[in-house]
Amino acid sequence: MDATQAVNPVEYVYLMAGVLFIMGLRYLSSPKTARLGNRISALGMLGAVVGVLTQGIVAWWVIVSGIAIGAVIGVSAARSVKMTAMPQMVAIFNGCGGGAAALVATGELLKQVNAGETLTIDQSLTTVLSAVIGSISFSGSIIAYLKLQEVMPGRPIVYVGQQVVNGLILLTILAAGGYVVSGHELITALYVALGGAFALGIFFTLPIGGADMPVIISLLNSFTGLAAALTGFVLGNNVLIISGALVGASGTLLTVLMSRAMNRSLANVLFGAFGSVHASSAAAKSTGGNVRSVSADDVAVMLAYANQVIVVPGYGMAVSQAQHAVRELEETLEKRGVTVKYAIHPVAGRMPGHMNVLLAEANVPYEALYDMDDINGEFERTDVALVIGANDVTNPAARTDKSSPIYGMPILNVDKAANIVVLKRSMNAGFAGIDNPLYEDPKTVMLFGDAKKSIEGVNTAVKAL
Amino acid sequence: MNERLLAEATVFILAVFVGIEVISKVPTTLHTPLMSATNAIHGIVLVGAILIAGTQDNPLGPVIGVILVILASLNVFGGYTVTERMLEMFKPHANAPKKTEP
Repeated sequence: MDATQAVNPVEYVYLMAGVLFIMGLRYLSSPKTARLGNRISALGMLGAVVGVLTQGIVAWWVIVSGIAIGAVIGVSAARSVKMTAMPQMVAIFNGCGGGAAALVATGELLKQVNAGETLTIDQSLTTVLSAVIGSISFSGSIIAYLKLQEVMPGRPIVYVGQQVVNGLILLTILAAGGYVVSGHELITALYVALGGAFALGIFFTLPIGGADMPVIISLLNSFTGLAAALTGFVLGNNVLIISGALVGASGTLLTVLMSRAMNRSLANVLFGAFGSVHASSAAAKSTGGNVRSVSADDVAVMLAYANQVIVVPGYGMAVSQAQHAVRELEETLEKRGVTVKYAIHPVAGRMPGHMNVLLAEANVPYEALYDMDDINGEFERTDVALVIGANDVTNPAARTDKSSPIYGMPILNVDKAANIVVLKRSMNAGFAGIDNPLYEDPKTVMLFGDAKKSIEGVNTAVKAL
Repeated sequence: MNERLLAEATVFILAVFVGIEVISKVPTTLHTPLMSATNAIHGIVLVGAILIAGTQDNPLGPVIGVILVILASLNVFGGYTVTERMLEMFKPHANAPKKTEP
């Protein structure tokens, strides 16, 4: 850029927006300032969008109607969604962003081709990458949404030759994309790459099972961030590059964190089709022979006379919407002088931090929620560990049984507590289809039934004591 | 690599480092709002969408143009609203006076 050339004033606005995004994320480092952070970030967004509207926009009806429709649907969906459905909501918004990035890249390439311009390799490479990654994120997020919404089965969907099919699709994308990059401004080739990416997004999300969702949601988030950043390269727009990079970094960090919390590599999560292999054998073994089933009254007595109770929530709590009932039980117990803490496993639920949001919704103060490392030493001093719809994250086989598929996964040391109460719908094996020896532990009792109803029953019984 | 790409790559790489630095300070209890907040931030692609769909020679045509802007604004408006809703639930103080809720 020529030093004497005047800078387009909108560039300053973009720069401010980038700074506001970073500041907004910084304020997310404490729950006290997090809301302010979100608003600072929204202010940056508002500035950037107002700024771009000054840049020779003529098709006002396209912009105004598009924003109006998107705003109405987006805000009403975001307002009405239940907290338990948050993972699929985040997934679908993520997909929208990915799809938009793919379309922006496609549009820019079309524009250049229509104008008869020759693209440099840099330009065509970033354009194709942005379109392909955005497209993968779009279709992958839709499948993740359908699985989480249980329109599609949550279990891994596998078939013979899955990896071969995925490999062939990937080769097609590479060939078509490479053709465009190598200087052929052939729109058809870009469409083939786009279509292939769309298919790949579907096929690589299908075999991901419910318990692995925290990983895949984070990964798709980072994909959309990357696609947005690449779109910034395509359009020569710094605010897109900065924001996309921030999101890409955040998504990648969370992906790594989640994989580590399961002691598995990302590749294993993506291609392992976890659970499907073991499901059949475990189903045959799980006869539920040696477990002790008790009533709500028995559990009430155990809890009411305890000094310390640790609640271990899992996806089952989300499914039965039991968080409010859990909070009420906690209050009843605290009135009796029982200390109640919550132990949160990093991959409990279907997205990072899923349990924290649910319990926050039920007014549980965030100080009462403990991370795995902070609480694991506490179980030895705990009278009752109350496991609500969590399974694999409490499975002691991860520590002891080298043949277990989850061997090595860091778990909550629930089995160290003096007594263990497990709330479960039935004796079916957990998501991963792995037997949990915790249930046959002599210290363990089981309370079968819907988690919410069970907790309410226990609460009534404690009050009656 | 030309000068422009180098400048852009510089911005990108530095932003990645800033992102890692800032985000590694977010406590686990806020990981869902973090995802949702970053999700809203990549709605910035709306800027790109407006640049493509709002110009005279919109190469995608008006119909896809509108769809593009809808997708991007869904991401922005939905993302920020959902984050705000989540964050207003996070409350401190285990021993604060209990709300008179049902």
